[in-house]
Amino acid sequence: MANFESGLYYSESHEYVRVEGEFGYIGISDYAQHALGNVVYVDMPEVDDEVTAGEEFGAVESVKAASDLIAPVSGTVVEVNEALEDEPELLNKDAFANWIIKVQLSDPAELDNLMDVEAYKKHCE
Amino acid sequence: MEKKTCLYDRHVALGALMSPFGGFIMPIQYSNITDEHNAVRQHCGVFDVSHMGEVRITGPDAEQYVQHIFTNDVTDAPFGQIYYGMMCYPNGGTVDDLLVYKMGDNDFFLVINAANIDKDVAWMNEQKEGFDINLDHQSDYYGQLAVQGPEAEAVVEEVLGLPCKELKFYTAKTLDVADGDEGETIIISRTGYTGEDGFEIYGSHEFTQKAWDKLMESGRCKPCGLGCRDTLRFEVGLPLYGDELSADISPVMAGLSIFVKLDKPEFIGKEALAEQKANGVAQKLVGIELTDKAIPRHGYAVLSPEDDVIGEVTTGYHCLSVDKSVCMALVKTEYAKLGTELAIQIRKKVFPGVVVKKKFYDKHYKK
Repeated sequence: MANFESGLYYSESHEYVRVEGEFGYIGISDYAQHALGNVVYVDMPEVDDEVTAGEEFGAVESVKAASDLIAPVSGTVVEVNEALEDEPELLNKDAFANWIIKVQLSDPAELDNLMDVEAYKKHCE
Repeated sequence: MEKKTCLYDRHVALGALMSPFGGFIMPIQYSNITDEHNAVRQHCGVFDVSHMGEVRITGPDAEQYVQHIFTNDVTDAPFGQIYYGMMCYPNGGTVDDLLVYKMGDNDFFLVINAANIDKDVAWMNEQKEGFDINLDHQSDYYGQLAVQGPEAEAVVEEVLGLPCKELKFYTAKTLDVADGDEGETIIISRTGYTGEDGFEIYGSHEFTQKAWDKLMESGRCKPCGLGCRDTLRFEVGLPLYGDELSADISPVMAGLSIFVKLDKPEFIGKEALAEQKANGVAQKLVGIELTDKAIPRHGYAVLSPEDDVIGEVTTGYHCLSVDKSVCMALVKTEYAKLGTELAIQIRKKVFPGVVVKKKFYDKHYKK
């Protein structure tokens, strides 16, 4: 069964944000990687791109289909997880350790719109 | 409301991901597509393909009628011979692609795509005027299993007890199988849709359920869903109706002219297809290989080096047997030559690619 990590902020579309100071690490939940199956490609934005809460910033592709990544918060991309370019399957191995992008948060108040782990667990039931 | 095959309860019990396909609720995957794909390439997998449609054509004019509606040539075929080909509209567009089994003199067994069953049967009925034939739509009677992979022959012989060793590629035979006091005649053929050796077995729902259970109990055959059926057929360049063939995509456009016998005296669509063959077509189906790992999907735009839209992806995957992102696409003919550089729009980005053969992995048939 899927793991749920506490201390993160979750969106309804199954992305998470781990906040460290003014930065947010954005990835997909373990529940999401289970639902997707084998991840074979991760389409990521570039450093300095702006992402906007609620808007698509990339995609995760399984063998069968592409699923859009929706930004849970707004900000500027300061780093992308380049390891995923060669090993997209890392998302299946550990979705929480393998974040997808790191952003400088432009509006931390947006975090209030996201779910904590308990609410997210209920959302997945 | 989607129909269920006779194995529906078994798929659900196995925890399969079920999804609508061609009017049926079908298993897409049981474990994951990659493992199921590799099982068929390396060992043996079984697919429930009971959604496929079956039509039996008999009567004094059966051969003449099949010749009239079918692009391939079944004249003088030996019993058990199977032909792949299409039914076309008078304008050359494709009604469906199908297998025609010659079961006897003026006795043919036609296997059609699930999504097209109603359309095909209506089409066949419309064409039968003037032919003394009996058209028996048997889709509701037959279940169908496809046992595929290098170990398929041993599994069918040893687990199902059906002698099949001597069957040649693209031939079929009937077998009388006894079940207590009851018995029935099944059809088994050395055919498939995976590029591997394998068999397709047509029998009653009861037979199909029992055969499936034996295969599951044996542990020698992995249950495989339609997800890997698509990746398997795609990488060996086999077309899927709705993607590579349609009312708008003729067999000539799809590069399937070898299954269109223009030397036959007559068949529906012959004039249009002969004209396409002689004068060329505006669009052709090609293979495209990308340099990046991004995945082209059905419906994505194909771009010329000048960024004009010159076509559309019909099927694409990150190919599982050869680690590459590839697709089939329908493009303007001037861009269809091998080696032509073009690009594919994938979401916001454009990825360069090159025209290659439509076969990304070699077939391993046992002929």
